[in-house]
Amino acid sequence: MAKTSARDRMKNEVNAGSMADIAFLLLIFFLVTTTIAEDKGILVKLPPWSEEEVDPTKLKTRNVFSVLVNADNQLLVRDELTSINDLRERAKEFILNPEKREDLSEKPTKAIISLKNDRGTEYKTYLKVYNELLGAYNELWNDEARKYPKGGDTKYTEYSDEIPIDIRREIKGKIPMVLSEAEPTNYGEQ
Amino acid sequence: MSKFQKKRGKASPEVSTASLPDIIFMLLFFFMVVTVMRNSELKVKVVTPEATELSKLEEKSLVNYLYIGKPQPNYVETYGTTPRLQLGDKFATVDDIPLFLEQHKVKVPENKRSRITSSLRVDGSVTMGIVQDVKTQLRKSGQLRVNYSSKKEREE
Repeated sequence: MAKTSARDRMKNEVNAGSMADIAFLLLIFFLVTTTIAEDKGILVKLPPWSEEEVDPTKLKTRNVFSVLVNADNQLLVRDELTSINDLRERAKEFILNPEKREDLSEKPTKAIISLKNDRGTEYKTYLKVYNELLGAYNELWNDEARKYPKGGDTKYTEYSDEIPIDIRREIKGKIPMVLSEAEPTNYGEQ
Repeated sequence: MSKFQKKRGKASPEVSTASLPDIIFMLLFFFMVVTVMRNSELKVKVVTPEATELSKLEEKSLVNYLYIGKPQPNYVETYGTTPRLQLGDKFATVDDIPLFLEQHKVKVPENKRSRITSSLRVDGSVTMGIVQDVKTQLRKSGQLRVNYSSKKEREE
């Protein structure tokens, strides 16, 4: 490289203003091509696949909360037409059975919710139903978590990851989420 | 302001703009770190439904994506208008799922494989038939952790 004298260097000044433009361009490129994760959703653990059908007769009907959704997105809860807004409360009442009614579950550990939809049901409806049922369990777990002391005089306000794992297991052991999904019927698929 | 005497002899200092790109680069690096490259182009139209009981997905590398929806307008001629499955970035059928899961699994280290989650991004108007088939195939392949992608429902 030829020797650059101080005088030469003074003349070859790079205009730093355009560097900002280049940086803006790069920034806009990244803003456009990337996504800040829209990655929330309802986490579900599917039951393992088995070839045999679960024998439905072994369960007492009082312990089973059946929810059927048809191709018109209507709900039939325990053979009664129900609106989606009532589902959460009914599910909670069924699981807890505070009045010890004969037609509701014996105890929360024996409560099973069975969900069956049609192949023609809209996914939106299915998700709403699942959301309400999961919501019912979440509210029950929150209520249960409030009975546990946090430290000092306070108690936990909700079921969350701040609760130690063994207490969380205990809570979920008292109110296990048992949701069985049956093979869909095929009355309404196009 | 009269208390302050104007400094004589010195010209008012010019703001150096040389540091402006540095600020922009910092912002740029921030975005590069915080966001994730969209790994596949959506070939199907997916408008995820809203829900309230949401949980965040863990590490992105442990998630594989399954999209179900009607094909985008530019694909309608070749693929029709019935809802289809898209695995990763290609159209596929339910039988392609085991291979797709395997391909993703090999990229994940052994000890994390049990935490692999399948994110189902399904359009709200899709009927349950194809969703059920996909779920059954996932169960048969041993992929039990599933996330139904949804948006946070706005409280009314």
